[in-house]
Amino acid sequence: MIAEAPSPFRYIGRKRRPKEDRRFVAGSGRYVADLALPGMLHVALVASPHPAARILAVDARAALALPGVRAVVAGEELAQATDPLLSGLDIPKVRRFPLAVGQARYVGEWVAAVVAETRALAEDAAERVEVEYAPLPFVIDPEAALAPDAPPVHAEHGSNLLYRRKFVWGPVAHDFAAAPHSLSFRARWQRSATVPIETFGVVASWDAATRLLDIWASIQMPKYPDQLARALRLPGNAVRVHFDTDVGGSYGVKRGIKHSVLAAYLARKLGAPVRLVEDRLENMRGGDAHGPDRLFDVSVAFDGEGVVRSLKLRALDDAGAYAGRAPLQLGKPVGAIVGPYRIASVEYEAISVTTNKTVQEAVRGFGQSPTNFALETMMDRVARRLGIDRLELRRRNLIRREEFPYTIPSGSTYDSGDYHRVLEKALAEAGYDALLARREAARAAGRLAGIGVACCLEPSGGNSAFEPLFNPKNETTTWMESCSLKVDLSGTITAAMATSSSGQGHETLVATVVGEVLERDPDAIRVVHADSLTALPSNSPVGSRMAIMLGGAAAGAAKKLKADLVAIAAHNLGLPASALDYREGGVSVRGDAGRALSWADLVEIAHRKFHLLPPGLAPGLQAFHVWEVPTGGALPTPDGRVQMYPCYAFEAHIVYAEIDRVTGQVRLGAYAVGHDCGTMINPDIVHGMTYGGIAHGIGAALYERFRYDANGQLVSGSFMDYLMPTAHEVPEIALVDHCTPSPLTEFGQKGSGEAGYLGAPAAVASAVNDALAPLGLAVAELPMSVALLGELLATAAG
Amino acid sequence: MSEHAIRLTVNGRAVEARVPARLTLVDFLREALRLTGTHTGCEHGVCGACSVLLDGRPVRSCLIFAVQAEGGAVTTVEGLAPEPGAIGVLQDAFCEAHGLQCGFCTPGMLIAAEALLRATPLPSDAEIREAIAGNLCRCTGYQQIVDAIRLAAQRRAGSNLAGERHDR
Repeated sequence: MIAEAPSPFRYIGRKRRPKEDRRFVAGSGRYVADLALPGMLHVALVASPHPAARILAVDARAALALPGVRAVVAGEELAQATDPLLSGLDIPKVRRFPLAVGQARYVGEWVAAVVAETRALAEDAAERVEVEYAPLPFVIDPEAALAPDAPPVHAEHGSNLLYRRKFVWGPVAHDFAAAPHSLSFRARWQRSATVPIETFGVVASWDAATRLLDIWASIQMPKYPDQLARALRLPGNAVRVHFDTDVGGSYGVKRGIKHSVLAAYLARKLGAPVRLVEDRLENMRGGDAHGPDRLFDVSVAFDGEGVVRSLKLRALDDAGAYAGRAPLQLGKPVGAIVGPYRIASVEYEAISVTTNKTVQEAVRGFGQSPTNFALETMMDRVARRLGIDRLELRRRNLIRREEFPYTIPSGSTYDSGDYHRVLEKALAEAGYDALLARREAARAAGRLAGIGVACCLEPSGGNSAFEPLFNPKNETTTWMESCSLKVDLSGTITAAMATSSSGQGHETLVATVVGEVLERDPDAIRVVHADSLTALPSNSPVGSRMAIMLGGAAAGAAKKLKADLVAIAAHNLGLPASALDYREGGVSVRGDAGRALSWADLVEIAHRKFHLLPPGLAPGLQAFHVWEVPTGGALPTPDGRVQMYPCYAFEAHIVYAEIDRVTGQVRLGAYAVGHDCGTMINPDIVHGMTYGGIAHGIGAALYERFRYDANGQLVSGSFMDYLMPTAHEVPEIALVDHCTPSPLTEFGQKGSGEAGYLGAPAAVASAVNDALAPLGLAVAELPMSVALLGELLATAAG
Repeated sequence: MSEHAIRLTVNGRAVEARVPARLTLVDFLREALRLTGTHTGCEHGVCGACSVLLDGRPVRSCLIFAVQAEGGAVTTVEGLAPEPGAIGVLQDAFCEAHGLQCGFCTPGMLIAAEALLRATPLPSDAEIREAIAGNLCRCTGYQQIVDAIRLAAQRRAGSNLAGERHDR
């Protein structure tokens, strides 16, 4: 065992209790549903029972006759008063409002909102709203939706195609022609999502005197206040979002813009605070929080040694009935389109279609996890075709440590990594040889046993340049984050971040980083969430960015503050800053530690003694920093090459699985992961998110699916049907860390919020296929449910 | 809507109220008593976020009506602390092991763990997983929750005062 180098950090990377945990274990979290404003009204929704239908009439008389019912609002009224919700694509004819306008386009779509004095009353009244529908033809399957005669989801748009572009990076045709081998296959990632235990909720309150809209919401959404203001036709500074609302899990999907616009409209109309908290069925059917629903066609060219030469990837994604930001989930994978492998040329065709299903939203990894599943399935199939060990095949193709920074064909440069080493660490942690023996013993006993392997990337901290990549009218190339910091007269430190958190421990992140730079105890630093009017620019905790971006912003602010402290000391000690040492908040003369000013002295000068301040320095002690993505931002080249993400974390998964021959049930027997996200700010937080990401990935791989029947009905709209892993299904996970610092960030940190999820589906799929291999079977569809595998095994058994 | 008078104790405090027959216990706790530490996740008895102790046994407060708690003793997450402003050994262990992230399932997890540790002071990992298998968590993958409960069990076993104050 080689001893690790001693940490250069005082607080970063050490075991420290997250600041947030105490309030949550005490039951003192403040989630949106915990808020009770005087006179607050409650909303229940009337949902479409049809996948497609014209709305002929909404009769609310019986509902309004109930005592305590204050309003019933349908789509036409709302569409008059608000502007359509923003889309990530250039599709102006695909108009989306919080309530269906003229036509319902999926089962569960909200048709009318009922407002009453209690939620129970609102639900009673919702049952009395009579909607007259004229059912229309509908389409559920994404491939069928592309047929010329498919029923149009949005007739005005002209077709069900929302976006299609074929990118070619490098000599793909030549490389395929020159390679001695190639193979093709199809992979299916069925619709699932992260499904937080807290549903989405929002409370809106309009003050007519100040013309100010106050919003509390369980939100994780970039530019949410701006989108609200635009849809509501309000000035940006008339919307105040309270980011100190705790969010009960999100992992991407908590983007209730339609809920929020609706609640805000109702609050303003009725002159009372309005609360809209989804119940579970509203959440599953009409909450617009489903994840990617993707069909891959993969072709790969390779030589006899298993070295992959070129790749063609066609991804057809079903966005559902409307399109917000979700189709851009086809764009993020451009930044890691070859995964961790040296592949010289790539063709990538990204296609987004609309169907009569619930609207898709961002899910952890923003499309990268399905893509990783396709890539890793590809690597397994190349290995199987050539009869090469799957690990050896990966070793031959992984980018080597000395090749970084490494530029991939689609224009992104990977910052750093040591993929081979991390894979070896994972194998050692898994006890790979013993696992092989275990598999052979199980097989000898007649059981179906397999080992899964996956090597995957987590692109992190990006500049959102997939927006201009997919819509040239949108020239977004910055995705900044901010932090402000002050030291008060008593000498305590308060930091303000500009967004809400949903379990990622951002308060701990900021306190740790500020404490590190200023050499002050992080436990004594208070971190608050500003509201959107006092906040500096933020893009919310998406894209695995906060360690990089909020960490960078907090460090930047702390460094400015430290420079001010040193400047005050230099002025008062009569020496240049270069002759002074900063230590734990005090400043002393180098070589003469007795000549010093303490933290208390410096704070006192800054706050009270203008006559002792250096010229040009403002009184008080405060600083803010707005940080751009470390690799900056540039528009894509005409052929679609672009640097979106600065930092690339790597994970190698090894998993052991057995499949019950009769039922098709998969049991995971061992799980090990090697993980390298550079410097970890708080290891417990990183490990926790990684374990949780793996659990999500196991769910996507084996259990979770929003399933639609032939009538277009969602048949997994409750927790009885949409199955999520419990403590029984998630095995003990052995996690082994590795640290290749990013050269681009303050402390060497990379992103980690999507860790685990980016590799687990691929790894579990690999294990299942290894278990099926002796039967000559292969499957490339997730989830590999009991139904899917049971039927496959039954058919194979004849 | 018919209303009924109920009497029960909640976190050791006597409570009397008139409630609609259809009011669930979780809505009564959250809306009438403002004990918002207990959460609603699915409202159909699967996720366990609404778990409370009723006469010492964990129940889903979304699946019973307030009137059914008549005469009972309810303990919510707010009642797990030895005194206001403090946290108990179990809660402290969740902080130490970072057995949570967003905190939403946490009250239900704590209730499930408390019930387990009262019946089985030193549970195996399998027993811990069994005890929390009725509580869904989407953040943690359960591992650090298992770590936290194991730690709490060890600390309680080593302590003369199970509810001693661990106020860091």
